[in-house]
Amino acid sequence: MDTLNILLTGFISIVIINNLVFTKFLGICPYLGVSGRIDMAFGMGMAVTFVVTLSGTLTWLIDHLILLGTPLEVTRYVCFILVIAGAVQLVEMYLRKFFPSLYESFGIFLPLITTNCAILGLCLFINLWGIDNLIEAVVLSFGAGIGFTMAICIMAGIRESLNLADVPECLKGAPITLITAGLLTLAFMGFAGMIR
Amino acid sequence: MTNEPQATSVLYKQTLIAGLWRENPVFRLLLGMCPTLAVTAAVKPALTMGLSVIFVLFCSNIVVSLMRNLLKPHLRILMFTLTISTFVTIADLFLKAFQPRMSEILGPYVPLIIVNCIIICRAEACASKNPLLTSIIDAIGMGIGFTLTLCVLAGIREILSTGAVWEIPILPAAFVPWTAMRMPVGAFLTLGLLLGLVNAITKRKA
Repeated sequence: MDTLNILLTGFISIVIINNLVFTKFLGICPYLGVSGRIDMAFGMGMAVTFVVTLSGTLTWLIDHLILLGTPLEVTRYVCFILVIAGAVQLVEMYLRKFFPSLYESFGIFLPLITTNCAILGLCLFINLWGIDNLIEAVVLSFGAGIGFTMAICIMAGIRESLNLADVPECLKGAPITLITAGLLTLAFMGFAGMIR
Repeated sequence: MTNEPQATSVLYKQTLIAGLWRENPVFRLLLGMCPTLAVTAAVKPALTMGLSVIFVLFCSNIVVSLMRNLLKPHLRILMFTLTISTFVTIADLFLKAFQPRMSEILGPYVPLIIVNCIIICRAEACASKNPLLTSIIDAIGMGIGFTLTLCVLAGIREILSTGAVWEIPILPAAFVPWTAMRMPVGAFLTLGLLLGLVNAITKRKA
């Protein structure tokens, strides 16, 4: 029961309180780039969730089974980025084979997941927080993906109605998106301190 | 034929200046937003970040430019990230050894330079197509443009959140610090308003 409790708190904490987008500024590029339409945003979120869960788990395994305590620790970043690039390639091939229509609609964004900071960032944070339990690492990575999906979907919803708003000429596009993101962050700060 | 060296030097100068304003990575291309927002709570970490990015950009542009003829198209992103991550590891170990305090403040944002879009973008758009010298100059121009932007943003946020710049107090003690500027909110709002300002200036010029 205790483990379940820890896992649940960890999950809620990474989805809402320590949301990667709002508090750690990770994954801002797709957050600003893909959040124009809500269906695209949701697809992107799902792809990121899958890749982040896979690579979070794999990097934890590699880190703990191979690298920790050996001189090879200096190659950690190289290994992490290799795992992520491999996972993205895997998703890309899988989608192209089994869901061609989804693959078409992702276009350029799929390979760009490799350079999504949220994924490498999460792997590094798992390492930094000293998570020493495989299940916890899996739950945290999955939660991070869900948190990202939630953030990008909220943003897409706001931007769809923002299209109808009367925005000053020089703030159109990225500036107003950033300001909206700032206000969203402010709202999410209300959750801070709920756990830990 | 006589004015050819002159033409190339003009080209180099243009490449150098492009990164500062016309193609400024943060304001114009909207690249590398994560570090821009994350490390700009104060000027010192922002400058450290900027210098690390200049180092990595410089080295990776040299390597990518040297191996540009050997690259296979479908493997090139992988080769770029591998090159970049090697240099980022060097920068990270250097900071840990000589600037332990900065390394602690920047935390995972130093290794996150690997996925900084600016570096990959320059490798893809410039270094993999141009000879060595152009790539080096491009790296320096882009790097300096990025660093300056970070410092401007960090300066605004630091002065409003603590009343100091470079940890030297400059506003009178009666100034009430805006704590919000140190938090994520401040980063998003400042960058949004700065982008708006840049847009307004460009519009007026045109």
